[in-house]
Amino acid sequence: MLASILQNLFNAFQWGSFYSLIALGYTLVYGVLRLINFAHGDIFMVGAYIAFFIASAFLGMTFSLPGWMILAMVIPLTMILTALVGVSIERIAYRPLRRKGAHRLYVVITALMCGLVLENGNLALFGASRKSFPDIVDKVVYTVGDLSMTNLKIGVVISAILVFVILHFIVTKTKIGMAMRAISYDKFAVPLMGIPIDTIIVFTFILGSSFAGLAGLLFAMSYPILDPYMGALIGWKAFIAAVVGGIGDIRGAFFGGFLLGFVEILVVAVFPSTFRELIAFAILMTILCIKPTGMFGVAGTTKI
Amino acid sequence: MASVLLFATAGGAESIKIGFNIPLTGDIPKVGEESKFAGEMLREEINAAGGLEVGGKKYQLEFIYEDNESKAESAVSAALKLIERDNVLAIVGPNSSKQAVPAGQASDDNQTPMISPWSTNPDTTKDRPWVFRAAFLDPFQGPVAVDFAMEQFGAKTAAVLYALDNDYSKGLAEIFRDDFNSKNGENSVKAFESYSSKDQDFSAQLTKILAAKPDFIFLPNNYNEVALIIKQAHDLGWKGPFMGADAWGNSELMALCGDDCKGQYFSTHYAAAGATGDTKVFIDRYKAKYGYEPADVAALTWDATRIVLQAIQNTGGLSGKTRADRKAIRDAMAAIPEFPGITGNMKFDEQGDPIKCAVVVKISDKGEFVFTKSVCP
Repeated sequence: MLASILQNLFNAFQWGSFYSLIALGYTLVYGVLRLINFAHGDIFMVGAYIAFFIASAFLGMTFSLPGWMILAMVIPLTMILTALVGVSIERIAYRPLRRKGAHRLYVVITALMCGLVLENGNLALFGASRKSFPDIVDKVVYTVGDLSMTNLKIGVVISAILVFVILHFIVTKTKIGMAMRAISYDKFAVPLMGIPIDTIIVFTFILGSSFAGLAGLLFAMSYPILDPYMGALIGWKAFIAAVVGGIGDIRGAFFGGFLLGFVEILVVAVFPSTFRELIAFAILMTILCIKPTGMFGVAGTTKI
Repeated sequence: MASVLLFATAGGAESIKIGFNIPLTGDIPKVGEESKFAGEMLREEINAAGGLEVGGKKYQLEFIYEDNESKAESAVSAALKLIERDNVLAIVGPNSSKQAVPAGQASDDNQTPMISPWSTNPDTTKDRPWVFRAAFLDPFQGPVAVDFAMEQFGAKTAAVLYALDNDYSKGLAEIFRDDFNSKNGENSVKAFESYSSKDQDFSAQLTKILAAKPDFIFLPNNYNEVALIIKQAHDLGWKGPFMGADAWGNSELMALCGDDCKGQYFSTHYAAAGATGDTKVFIDRYKAKYGYEPADVAALTWDATRIVLQAIQNTGGLSGKTRADRKAIRDAMAAIPEFPGITGNMKFDEQGDPIKCAVVVKISDKGEFVFTKSVCP
């Protein structure tokens, strides 16, 4: 009994890591722009596909490199390329709307459409067949008593914590982070202070999308079957996690993601698995009813 | 497209339209692809020989492939499109029970004969005189899996993990549970867990299953989910066997699952490795044409389509009136006493279900599906 509780706690840590990583992207963009970037789940999917193509290219080379070296190259390349996709979406879809002073609602709808374009673009380009993500690093299963964990799962949890620490540092301790918070506070006064608002927004998208790319890579390694719609559901759920944590707040996204992971896994551990989403989201709704701004959220003031 | 225009100008009466309601996108696109390829192969063969002879007149075949996106609601709209827009004489498909059960209702309501190549859920044809199938049924397949696992693994206990929102998976899981419990005593199925078909993480369910320490795990799931479930079970330290069902039998299973699936068993409609006679001829031709070995769904589509064509020939002549022809085809289909298919001989009972044998295959170290056992009703 104790063994399965511990095992489930560990399962929840790993599953929550993905929600956390994606929720951080939602929260960053929302914190700066007050825009819910609904395309974020699909940027995550694009990240997984980019990782797939890079990894396959490296593995297909004539001379073979050790797995860790390939991984060390796949990670930054995936993050850079996914960031490019995120920035392009900002450039093509969101910036023109912002320039024209469109209401935030229209930008959110545009974001939804961008997500659909990414999904169906992928479907049209690469077909409906699933892609199987290659094994980059050999999987090692560690067994302690009845508790099983793999090197990959441990890596996922550590990555999520690392990303949170880095983001938290950037936002609270650096100048660019200060600028991000300033835009969040008053986006009309900030340019008057000589802060290049577009640069800061692009930087926000680079941060959010590159970590979505990392999440995509880690997800593809953990669940090695890719399809064009893989980002939709997990994206929504991560968005909910970010809201429950208090959207716009980095700590909120981090804890919200883990909270959702825990609730989902533990509901299955205790109740029949049929009730998974029903109970999980009933719990989250209750939290929101008690604290509508989310766990770390403060109504209406500066966020991030 | 050119051929469609050609027949349209040459007069609609000269061609026979058959609709295919298949999943070309969505969860199981390979199933749709194989169905389509098998259909194309048959159509090209018959059209190249001058067409299908019905009542002394030759007709060219026109097959219309409609994508049902592996979704229940899209399968209904695809069926209605084929029936109303395209005026097809009969429908082949859908394949998965999740789509075949609702689409069967639409076909039955609109009095259009339909034959599902691959659906094994009893509800597809139950009390629907217009709906037929080419596959055996889950109430037959479930006990086959139970008996085989008890014999092969010496299993006294079992665990099941199934997709709650999939008629096929849920139906088969329940049949399996009831049969296993009745043969091994109450509660021999120690864990009976579900998930929804968009899920990717099964670790909580598997932790529960592993804690129950079953002798084996029964997985009546689609091939894409099977690959994830087996990998995650191995990650959690499971070393025991799995037993699967016919939805495993797909040429993409090994690409997605790799080494983790080797050595596992599943029940299915035919075994490609070591096939003989007409079955071998079909496999070889398909392989030469499309570059890979066809799974059961391709063979079943071939049989299902041939049953439809046989029924059309048995009508003794088409009137050109869609409603009357559909009725004649349905009656002719119901009247086929026995059909020698490449997936085995079939006799149809009054529900439109064939009585045929199932095989159990083992996934070899080379990733081939090797014949292990045949079970006949």
